[in-house]
Amino acid sequence: MYFGGSFTWDDFQFLLVGAVSTISITLVSVLIGTCLGVLFGLIRAGSPWWISNTIGAILDVFRSVPLLIQLVLFNSFNSMLKLNWPTFAVGCVCLGVYASAFCTEIVRSGVGAVPQTTRRAARSLGLTWAQELRSITLPIAVRIVFPSWIGLALGVMKDTALVLWIGIVELLRSAQIVTSRVQEPLLILSVVGLIYFLMSFPIARLGARLEAKWSVK
Amino acid sequence: MDYHFQWRPVLRSLPEMLGGALVTMEIAAIAMLLGTVLAIFLALCKRSGKRYLALPADVWIETARNTPALFQIYTLYFGLGSLGLQFSSFAALLFGITFNNAGYLAETFRGGFEAVPETQIKAARSLGMSSPQAMCYIVIPQMLRAVFHAMTNQMVWSILMSSMGVIVGLNSDLTGVTQQLNVITYRTFEYFFVAACLYYLVSKALTSSARLLAWRLFRY
Amino acid sequence: MIEIENVHKHFGALHVLNGVNLSVKKGEVLSMIGGSGSGKSTMLMCINGLEGIQSGRITIDGVEVHASSTSLNKLRRRIGIVFQQWNAFPHLTVLENVTLALRKVLGKSKEEAEKIAIEQLSHVGLKEKLLVFPSRLSGGQQQRMAIARALAMSPDYMLFDEVTSALDPQLVGEVLDTLRMLSSEGMTMIVVTHEMRFAREVSDRVAFFCKGQIHEIGEPDQIFDYPAKQETADFVRSVL
Repeated sequence: MYFGGSFTWDDFQFLLVGAVSTISITLVSVLIGTCLGVLFGLIRAGSPWWISNTIGAILDVFRSVPLLIQLVLFNSFNSMLKLNWPTFAVGCVCLGVYASAFCTEIVRSGVGAVPQTTRRAARSLGLTWAQELRSITLPIAVRIVFPSWIGLALGVMKDTALVLWIGIVELLRSAQIVTSRVQEPLLILSVVGLIYFLMSFPIARLGARLEAKWSVK
Repeated sequence: MDYHFQWRPVLRSLPEMLGGALVTMEIAAIAMLLGTVLAIFLALCKRSGKRYLALPADVWIETARNTPALFQIYTLYFGLGSLGLQFSSFAALLFGITFNNAGYLAETFRGGFEAVPETQIKAARSLGMSSPQAMCYIVIPQMLRAVFHAMTNQMVWSILMSSMGVIVGLNSDLTGVTQQLNVITYRTFEYFFVAACLYYLVSKALTSSARLLAWRLFRY
Repeated sequence: MIEIENVHKHFGALHVLNGVNLSVKKGEVLSMIGGSGSGKSTMLMCINGLEGIQSGRITIDGVEVHASSTSLNKLRRRIGIVFQQWNAFPHLTVLENVTLALRKVLGKSKEEAEKIAIEQLSHVGLKEKLLVFPSRLSGGQQQRMAIARALAMSPDYMLFDEVTSALDPQLVGEVLDTLRMLSSEGMTMIVVTHEMRFAREVSDRVAFFCKGQIHEIGEPDQIFDYPAKQETADFVRSVL
């Protein structure tokens, strides 16, 4: 099947493979980022100020240095320390740590948004600290921060484009490769733009709708 | 670890890198300024209720927010060549970041407008102020407080994301300069580490000044 | 003179003003009382053009409020209005709140505007608070500032929309004192209020609103002690 010029079905499939690569990097990075983010977020929310601020300052570094440079440095570590991780792993871990810096703030503000009065009421009923956390604080906090978390996940998906710089073939790199063969940049970039849009827009809309629904309550 | 750190060549190149940092700040500042003006325009288009204004504004905003910034820069650099528009790396980076800023800030400003209670406009009009007067003296000053934090974040983002210029061949901003030095000497870690420190210092300087400015402007 | 002739207003399907007829002479103090939803506040909003009307006419000294040829901005310089929620401009100091319209609407110089503002603010007892931001004032003080802000424009008529309803009880007195003072100085006032004792004491006439109409209007003694209509009697009894 031919889509105008010499852009073939095979080329399109190549792009889709790139899209799958983008999605898998996103999923792994978001997983790493969320786990670390929840961990650090809970630690920050529940610790004395000097622990919380120290962790905060360290994570702040990851939000104040360009992601591109973090990828280069991490890749550099990989060869310096002779770890020999595949670049896919380097990309995912780097993005994951980057995401965790933002996720920590999200978790921290979510926990902080649960009213103290509600938490005290739960403890007065006899719930232990762990029970209260599980049945009261976390469910409420999750509802409050879910839209921000979706925003973060979509942000990571868009940031995966940068991993092409360390050699991973994700969607944008796939577009570059196809363009070098087919020489129709505008067509290919339109297709790729559409793919990105379709990966992002529906989820963003869903997040907005959930935010509206849950904030009324 | 067999790697031997060599910091001296990096420190010798510091002036060059600082020059790059200056270019980075220029790009971010221009992209922020242009982006803000465009964002106000887009926000007003959306509020106007007229379809021929709101629809293109929506397309711009949703494209900017749902595709990667690198993709936007890349499209400007490579994609528009076939239409006869040849963008330099500098222009592609600048307009790419501007396009992106405008999209995100338009949403921020829309929220900012809605944060000012309508009763403020009522009170201003009751004193005889015209609509533009009410907008200028009452709504926008209050809106500024609501959007200040988001605008600061967008500015920091602009500085950090300008690093993507190197991917489309820019060699005059901080990352571009660093990469030039890197390919000559292959001291990747040292050069990029120093670049990272410079970006960190610039980000922190920006957020501190913003906090100071906010403290002075919004003392009420 | 404010003339309201057969005014009707709808909010969608809701018929809020159902044929209101009223004249207010210069120097008169008129209180409007009635249950919530009876249309009194809406009536005030229509007088200065903040709300439109579907039929009827409102004229102020002969100028029709809702005519398309009327410049509302100009008309509003002659009518001051104070709202239930005072609506202070939070980003301006007390002094700036009052001088803003003087400078931008009436074109006065900074010195002139400040002179007038300080005079009005002293009149309502806020001389010590000129450079303070509204967030630092109590509700009563902010309401008095709002009154000074409206008075600074030298309006011919003042409208008050339940200006004490949002205040803590102990702050109500100071605002009512300010209104008493204004009435004794001869200002033409239309006051929507739930403060019945105040309405009785200060008004020349009291209008009882019910279901979007003026059900009964007359001197305070007549309305409160000898109401002619049953609904008026019921309302008065329920609030006193």
